[in-house]
Order: sequence, then structure tokens, then C-alpha cells
Amino acid sequence: MSTASSVTIPKLQSTRNPLVDLIVRIFRDKPLGAAGGTIFVAFLLCGIFANVLAPYGANDTNVLNRLAAPSLEYPMGTDYVGRDVLSRVLIGGQLSMIVGFAAAALATVVSVILGVLSGYFKGWVDLVIQRMVDAWMTFPGLVLLIVVISVTGPGLPQIVVILGLQYGIAGSRIVRGAVISVREHMYVHAARSIGAGTAHTLIRHVLPNIMPVVIVLFTTRVGAVILAEAGLSFLGLGVPPPQPTWGGMLAGSGRAYMYVGPWLALAPGLCLTVVVFSVNIFGDALRDLLDPRMRGLR
Amino acid sequence: MQDYIIRRLSALIPTMFFVSIMVFCSIRLIPGDVVDLMMSQNDISTGQDRAAVEAALGLDQPILIQYFRWLGDACRGDLGRSLWRNTEVTEQLAARLPISFELGLLALLVALSVAIPIGVYSAMRQDTLGDYVARSFSLVMLAVPGFWMGTLVMVFPAVWWRWAPNIEYTPFFESPIKNLEHMLVPAILLGLSLSAVTMRMTRTMMLEVMRQDYIRTARAKGLGEVRLVVQHALRNGLIPIVTLVGLQAPMLIGGAVIMEQIFVIPGVGLMLLEGVFQRDYPVVSGVFLVVGISVLLINLIVDLSYGWLDPRVRHT
Repeated sequence: MSTASSVTIPKLQSTRNPLVDLIVRIFRDKPLGAAGGTIFVAFLLCGIFANVLAPYGANDTNVLNRLAAPSLEYPMGTDYVGRDVLSRVLIGGQLSMIVGFAAAALATVVSVILGVLSGYFKGWVDLVIQRMVDAWMTFPGLVLLIVVISVTGPGLPQIVVILGLQYGIAGSRIVRGAVISVREHMYVHAARSIGAGTAHTLIRHVLPNIMPVVIVLFTTRVGAVILAEAGLSFLGLGVPPPQPTWGGMLAGSGRAYMYVGPWLALAPGLCLTVVVFSVNIFGDALRDLLDPRMRGLR
Repeated sequence: MQDYIIRRLSALIPTMFFVSIMVFCSIRLIPGDVVDLMMSQNDISTGQDRAAVEAALGLDQPILIQYFRWLGDACRGDLGRSLWRNTEVTEQLAARLPISFELGLLALLVALSVAIPIGVYSAMRQDTLGDYVARSFSLVMLAVPGFWMGTLVMVFPAVWWRWAPNIEYTPFFESPIKNLEHMLVPAILLGLSLSAVTMRMTRTMMLEVMRQDYIRTARAKGLGEVRLVVQHALRNGLIPIVTLVGLQAPMLIGGAVIMEQIFVIPGVGLMLLEGVFQRDYPVVSGVFLVVGISVLLINLIVDLSYGWLDPRVRHT
């Protein structure tokens, strides 16, 4: 007995951290995706250090310098009350990143909960959840968001929760599909036959094996959520002023002044496009590497 | 085909049930409920009056009865009156739906006439420079927000050439040319952003179809490239595109809200936004319901036409 217990089983493990491994693979196999990821990380860092990087306060007005064209002093010019556009773009970017990550994280959690419930338990649970998801997805995202915000009122926490729910419910289909294919695998049946409980099976066997899908889902959601928040802010239903937002900077009272200072129309939209584009191509690359079955998902 | 139609219709029932519950909830979740709102508008404030108003509106009834009453009214086309204009919501919807419909149809035409030729080209010239350009274009279009494109189109032509898109609405039957002058720019912008996904899909489908045996057979019997693509490949490759168009209906409607706002088109989207900003809840929930029903109808039509186009679907 004592000899049996002293036998050490060598662990089959890569010497490198799986995360480092993945990053190396992206840079080696998917240069375009790697470029997207790098650009996105740059924007993320700008968001994190926005308060340090911004040369002026986002709401510091300087009436003497209103509608100044881009110059060394104001690299992106100033708006109609003399606020520095660069500082506002930076602080607005910070908000986009906060909303992007918070809402995408919430969305992923919602997707996983609904998807696992629906895919693992099947039967009437699946039926009811799926018909509710159908109904939810009938409504265009933007229309649903507008209606819900008309009830809750605009504000950062509301936006995060609503966007999280919206994209979480829509994404639950993808998690459900993954769970359905995983639950029929031999190791899940084996675990159940040696007496593993439902919770144990889900946490130890199902969840780890749908992780690639979940990671890809999260990445693609970040871009979608940022775009949706900007759309809401553009319509005046996002995070209310004086907080600068990329969507808000293109809308509202500033619009009339764009004819005098066309630079006002450029920076926020360009940043938005570049961020969403970079996170999209990064997500595509990640999907190709982690889970080729998800091609064509958006 | 009859079986297929019946199956599709019955699958619609549970979804419609949940849709109606969502719309009903959107009415009931209004902060400081409808009674407070009406009372503040009519200067009634005593407790007794409140109970009377609630009884008159049927709000003292159990929630289940309230739901069925609302459902009954909605089925008869009674969605309540606008709190702001005091007109029937249904009346306003009837005036505005055709306008949004026109915008959506134009945008769809633009999207398809951009996406299908470029998608086919991209597939036939796979991995050439043209293919890369087309694919990059569709990736970029997925990232560019519609409201930014709209803003750029409003601002830069005005600054450079003193030309701005017309933002004055003229009914189509009054002057079709003036109407199109107004609608064409937003329709093109909306169509371009829709075309991105369709283009990718067309390319994928064409690549798949071109590998089929019957294409090789057609080639072998000496069919010209153009006829091969148009008559054999495209006809089969396009079937999934029909589904995609249905899936994009919500996107089209969502995008239309933003375009209607930028270009001041008095459609349903603008009605929704006005309703939200004026806290005109019957209008908001009325639009909500109509949008839901429209999407369900579009999906139904797509499903049915899919069954008609592809006999395999009918019999599974």
C-alpha cells in the first residue's frame, strides 16, 4: 500500500503559461489580429491614464480660445466653449473603455448562466428560456435600449446593466450551442457515472471546456458594447453631460459649430472606428485560433 | 408547403406571447406610474380621486386581467392616446410607418446592390488584391458608426463645397424627386453599413457553391463564366442571403432610428425618440409593439420564402 501511494505522477503540462502561449501564437500566426490587439491595448492604456495624459480638464472652458483650430497648444482644437478636444476625447475614451469592459463582462456572465441552464438541463427549461430569448431578440438592440432607458433614465450604471443584459441574452445562444456539444462528450458522461453532482460537473467539466467560446464572446462584445454606448450617447440617452463621451461629442449643441470647426466632427468618430475595428480584428484572430467553429459569428 | 406554413405560424405563437409581455411590462414599469402622470397633468390630488382614476383605467384589477385587457385593446388597434398631442397612437403610426418603410426598402436595395456584386467578385478572385480590398472594406464598415458617417456627410460637403443634404421631408406622392433627394443620402449610408455582413456572407456562399459538382459539370459542358456564375452559382448561393436579410431586419430598424434623427425624417424612429424625450409613454410602447410585430412578420415572410426557394427546407 505504501509503495502505491508514493508513486508520483508526472504532470502533463506545457512549461509556459497558457496566456503567454496564446499571445505568442497570435503574433506568430495572425499578424493582423495582433496589430488590432496592440492598437486596442494602446487605447486601453490611454483610457486608464486619461487623467494624467489629458493636457487640460475635460470641462475647463476658455472662451477666448473657443473653436480654435488644431495647433501645438490644442492638438485637436477646441470646441464652442473653448474646451480642449484632445482632453475630452481622452476622458471620453476612458468612459468607453469602462462601459466596454463592464458591460461586456456582465454580458458574458449573463450569456454563460442562460446558456448553461438552457443547454445543460434541456427540456422545458431550455424551451422557456429559448422562447424568451427569441422574443428579446425580436426587438432591434437600439430600440430596446431606447425603451428601457426611457423607463430607467440615462446614467452610467443603467447603461452598463442594460447593455450587459441586451448582449448577454443575445449571446446566450452561442454558449448554449457550446454546452450542448460539450455535455455529450465521454468525459462528462464518465464524471456523471462515477457520481459527480450537477454543480461539480458544470464547474469542473463543462465550464472549462466552453472557455474558448466564452473568451471569444467577451472579446467580440467589447466592440459591440462600445459602439452601442456611443450610439445612445449620440441620441442623448447615454451618460449625461458634463461627462464627455465620444457619441455625445458628435451630437447635441456642438453640432451647429461643426460647420465652423470641422475638426470637431473628426476625432471622436475616428477614435470610435479605430477602437471597434481593432478589437473586431483581434476578436476574429482569437476566434480562429481558439475555436474555428465560431467563424462568421458577429 | 401548407404543412410548412402551419408549422411556421405555430412556432410564432410563444414568441408573440413573450413579445406582448415585454411590451406590456414596458408600460407598467414606467417610473411614478401612469396615474401619477395623469394626475399631475390634470391637477387632481386627493386620495379618493386617485382611486377613481385607477378604477377608470382598470388599474385596480389584478395584473392578469390588466394584461388581457391591454392585449384585447391592442388587437383591436387601440394603443391609447398620445399624452402630448392627444391623438390616437395608431393614427400617428399609420402616418409614419410608410415613411420608415420607404427608408428601409431603399437602404436594403442599396445594401444588396453593393454587397452581392462585390461579394461575388471577391469570391471569384479569391486572395487577390481586389478580394483583400473588398474584405477590408467590409471590416471597416462593421466598425464605422452610422451616426458618424451621417455627421461627416452633413458637415464636410457643406464646408468644402457649400452643399448639404436636403433635410426637408416631402411626401413621395407630392414630389417623388424631392422626396428621394431627402431619402437617398440616409438610405445609402444605412445600406452601406448593412452591406458589410451581406458581402461577407455572399463571398462565403459563393466560395462554397463554386466547389460543388454541378458547377464542375456546367464548366465541363463549356458554359461561359458569366452564365455559370449568374445562372448556376448565384441562384443557389443566394438562398442563405434571404435568411440573412431577415436577420438584419432588427439592425436595419435600429440604424433607421439614428438616420431619421440625423436627417430629420418623420418616420417611426423619430416618433420613438420624440416619445422618449417628451415622456409620452403610450407613444413609446406603441412604437415598441409595432417594431416587434414588424420584425416577427419580416422573419415569417423570410422563412416562408425560404421554404419556397429551397424545397429541402419544406420537408425537414
